[in-house]
Amino acid sequence: MVDARTLIAGHRLTLRLGRHLVLNGVGIAVDAGQIVTLIGPNGAGKSTLVKCLLGLLQPESGTVERQPGLRIGYLPQRVPVDPVLPLDVGRLLTLTRRASAAEQRGVLEEVGVAHLLRAQVSELSGGELQRVLLGRALLGHPDLLVLDEPTQGVDFSGQSEFYRLIARLRERHGCGVLMVSHDLHLVMAATDRVICLNQHVCCAGEPESVRQHPEYLALFGPRVAANLAVYAHHHDHAHDLSGAVAEPHE
Amino acid sequence: MSEEFILRALAAGIGVALLSAPLGCFVVWRRMAYFGEALAHSALLGVALGVLLGLAPTLGIVAACMAVALLLFGLQRRSDLATDTLLGILSHAALASGLVALSFMQDVRVDLFGYLFGDLLAVGRTDLAWIGAALGVVLLALLRLWRPLLAVTVHADLAAAEGLPVERIRLAFMLLIAVATAAAMKVVGVLLVTSLLVIPAATARRFARNPEQMALIAALLGVLAVVFGLGASLRWDTPSGPSIVVAAALLFALSLPLGLAFARAPR
Repeated sequence: MVDARTLIAGHRLTLRLGRHLVLNGVGIAVDAGQIVTLIGPNGAGKSTLVKCLLGLLQPESGTVERQPGLRIGYLPQRVPVDPVLPLDVGRLLTLTRRASAAEQRGVLEEVGVAHLLRAQVSELSGGELQRVLLGRALLGHPDLLVLDEPTQGVDFSGQSEFYRLIARLRERHGCGVLMVSHDLHLVMAATDRVICLNQHVCCAGEPESVRQHPEYLALFGPRVAANLAVYAHHHDHAHDLSGAVAEPHE
Repeated sequence: MSEEFILRALAAGIGVALLSAPLGCFVVWRRMAYFGEALAHSALLGVALGVLLGLAPTLGIVAACMAVALLLFGLQRRSDLATDTLLGILSHAALASGLVALSFMQDVRVDLFGYLFGDLLAVGRTDLAWIGAALGVVLLALLRLWRPLLAVTVHADLAAAEGLPVERIRLAFMLLIAVATAAAMKVVGVLLVTSLLVIPAATARRFARNPEQMALIAALLGVLAVVFGLGASLRWDTPSGPSIVVAAALLFALSLPLGLAFARAPR
């Protein structure tokens, strides 16, 4: 391991899907307590990289190192639960591990959806489902949260609140976070390190330095990049799920 | 004597309904109805295989079903064709080659109509023993597989990331479907096997609040369909297999208005 603080690291990962070279010598590392965000255009290999790190895909070359005994909480890109499957939230939480009713309620409270414990999963809104899945990941006491586009299906006003929730969970549990995102402007504020991926690592570093990197500007265009300045304001208030201004959290 | 053959038919039908119900729920949840169909269609090839090798037809059927399942697995990875197209090819290729293979076996008297549509009233002691064994195997296996299979059904990658052996679980499920096909063939025949998997499960959905309830209600509905279908078959001298499927379909039709009322009722 490069560093005792490193939770998970990929070195020179290369992977082909069909004829396409999806990952080309990608290096990545997430430290304890750190939020690392992967950005990049569609088809840049973000989800593929995540699956490589999780061991769901085998790279052609390169290695993945994990801290021994590392517990990972994973939130896949989409978890479509067919309405033909009658499944309530409590059962979804305990699909692969047992948890008492109190534990189940506890994690749902942490993500703000305790009232949904007995709701049918197929009837949840996109934002509710993502919160439930985040709570589900917490049940395993993770050292590292791996979130693949966690605000997919969350309506716009709820997205920044969702990212603040992730930041709060990091504070409370001291876990590292590896996150894939499209919401450049929202993510930049709540992340320690940004990795801009387009088959290879275009640029990486603190949000501010990536924002000015020529390769980043070339990928996303100056207009998107300029928008960041507008959105980089300091938040003095928070929005709840419905978009209303909420009381600030401790 | 007439009592005994009716009781045997009833026992065989109920056994198959009980083992089909929980498996059928997974077939419906995993959207694998056409997969079940392709396996069922390959059963005829299995009968031919069994006759050729001098094995019990049931073993031949399980072998043929597994071969088709593995072939589909391989083709899905290598081919650009969509899964439903691949299933359309496999399913009918298997059925047609089964029919062709059986036509070569002039010396063996093969009751083709019985294989295609089932012959419940001709169920013998050996058939009943096979069905009993299949029921035991399926229920015991499902007891162990239920939770992991449910997790894989909800999201395969998530289940894999949480440490479940997803490929092995999928393979075990396919093997169980093959066993169910072999057992159900005597009752409803190759062409109607999938109906016993799918129809009771689909009917049960509206009345269930969790996966286990759905499986239990499906089992109950399957048994009802067998009892009504067999009764009708004896009363009006209709073919037993199709009568059971018609009964299941009628129960489904009946459940539509009932299910709506159930969904509206306050819980």
